[in-house]
Amino acid sequence: MGKVGIVSYGAFIPIHRIKVDDIAKTWGRDGETIKKSLGVYEKSVPSLDEDTATISVEAARHALARAGINPKEIGAIYVGSESHPYAVKPTGTIVGEAIGATPSLMVADYEFACKAGTAAIQSCMALIETGMIKYGLAIGADTAQAAPGDALEYTAAAGGAAFIIGKDGVIAEINGTYSFTTDTPDFWRREGRKYPAHGGRFTGSPAYFRHIINATKCLMEKMGTKPEDYDYAVFHQPNGKFPRAVAKMLGFKEDQIKHGLLCPFIGNTYSGSSLLGLAAVLDVAKPGERILLTSYGSGAGSDSFDITVTDAIESFPKEKAPTVSQLINRKNYIDYAIYAKYRDILYWE
Amino acid sequence: MGGEAVSRFWREIPQRYNLIGTKCKVCNRIYFPQREVCPFCRRKSIGKMEEVKLSGRGKIVTYTIIHVPPKKFEGQAPYAVAVVELEEGVRVTSQIVDCNLDKIKIGMEVEATFRRIQDDGWTGAIYYGYKFRPVEKHEDKK
Ligand SMILES: [Zn+2]
Repeated sequence: MGKVGIVSYGAFIPIHRIKVDDIAKTWGRDGETIKKSLGVYEKSVPSLDEDTATISVEAARHALARAGINPKEIGAIYVGSESHPYAVKPTGTIVGEAIGATPSLMVADYEFACKAGTAAIQSCMALIETGMIKYGLAIGADTAQAAPGDALEYTAAAGGAAFIIGKDGVIAEINGTYSFTTDTPDFWRREGRKYPAHGGRFTGSPAYFRHIINATKCLMEKMGTKPEDYDYAVFHQPNGKFPRAVAKMLGFKEDQIKHGLLCPFIGNTYSGSSLLGLAAVLDVAKPGERILLTSYGSGAGSDSFDITVTDAIESFPKEKAPTVSQLINRKNYIDYAIYAKYRDILYWE
Repeated sequence: MGGEAVSRFWREIPQRYNLIGTKCKVCNRIYFPQREVCPFCRRKSIGKMEEVKLSGRGKIVTYTIIHVPPKKFEGQAPYAVAVVELEEGVRVTSQIVDCNLDKIKIGMEVEATFRRIQDDGWTGAIYYGYKFRPVEKHEDKK
């Protein structure tokens, strides 16, 4: 048994997509201009019968199908999301039951805007390092809501990824992690409200960029690494532009970020965003390759991870569950009327 | 709906979430939903019924498209409801999701997925369970 790391992973993205053009047309805006300014072409949309619990279960089942471990060996489940179906009753209880991990199990739901899933990974790492559990299941999933006509409506999407963390049969070792957190009111949703509010332009420099840059730089300093030491880099993806810009500011090249950059095709899956990017990278990564992952959650904070793929990935049965690119390509376009029905936006707050 | 429905749903969680049926260890017949006694072996099967997790894979035996649904499913219409025969031989009735209604056909291979079944309005409990969708092949076609 070596370092703590990723034993298995699974992803899920709902089948429905709406084009940015269709949303723009509804509100009398120019689709081309919006696509260019956001770097997003279409986004995923959940069906009426999908929510963060169903997405989490699908992703967790995909991870288990590949892991070949007994679900009873999972000692903790942490689900990170900002769209848990219940305000009081943990999503993790539903996931635990649906994958057969109950009842000898620790469960809690996490909330930290779009970075709750990476916080879940850190908690699992600590529980494994201290020997409290053998395997932990960390999930980041969301069905993001945006007010009709709001700028966020072009990107707020649905999806999630699940990671089984442990020390046995690790396909990717986590060499280190670092978090950078401050009180920054860039985006919030008050208790009981359906749609979030945001600080407009304020979401850029002092929020997303400051936290990702600091977390990533401090992690690299701690690990003694430079951008060129990494084969892949994944950053939180609120749109198609920000992750490219932050990568450039940190000294990463397009080649390093392209595999994990999914926002242009599925939108911002919030807690699923950087973790789906990591899953997409693991779908293609080879032994010895090194991955940098930095999430971002409004409010605000970033978790940065230094990950090295092991030889075990060669015999890892990826084909037992769909890859991220298969999930992205499995799609059904809907128009704004169906979208409005699916997202309940006919019921205005 | 109140406590009654919630407690009935809670008791059915193993079968609704994970398709847990029962197998008669005398004649090897599998039942879903679960039975306490095998109708073929009767008294001989008492104490010989064991829980078995069904694979969740099967084929559509027959189906119908619902255009005028019950109130709780109004937003979803039109949708398909099918009788699915699972690999283990048992038949279940389920909604078919993630499939264009004109693509559904008898004999189509389907697999179980995890979805919301219904809820008790905005303030009530949410009930989850299985629905079926077309089987996906996991090879990359780029
Ligand atoms: Zn019998």
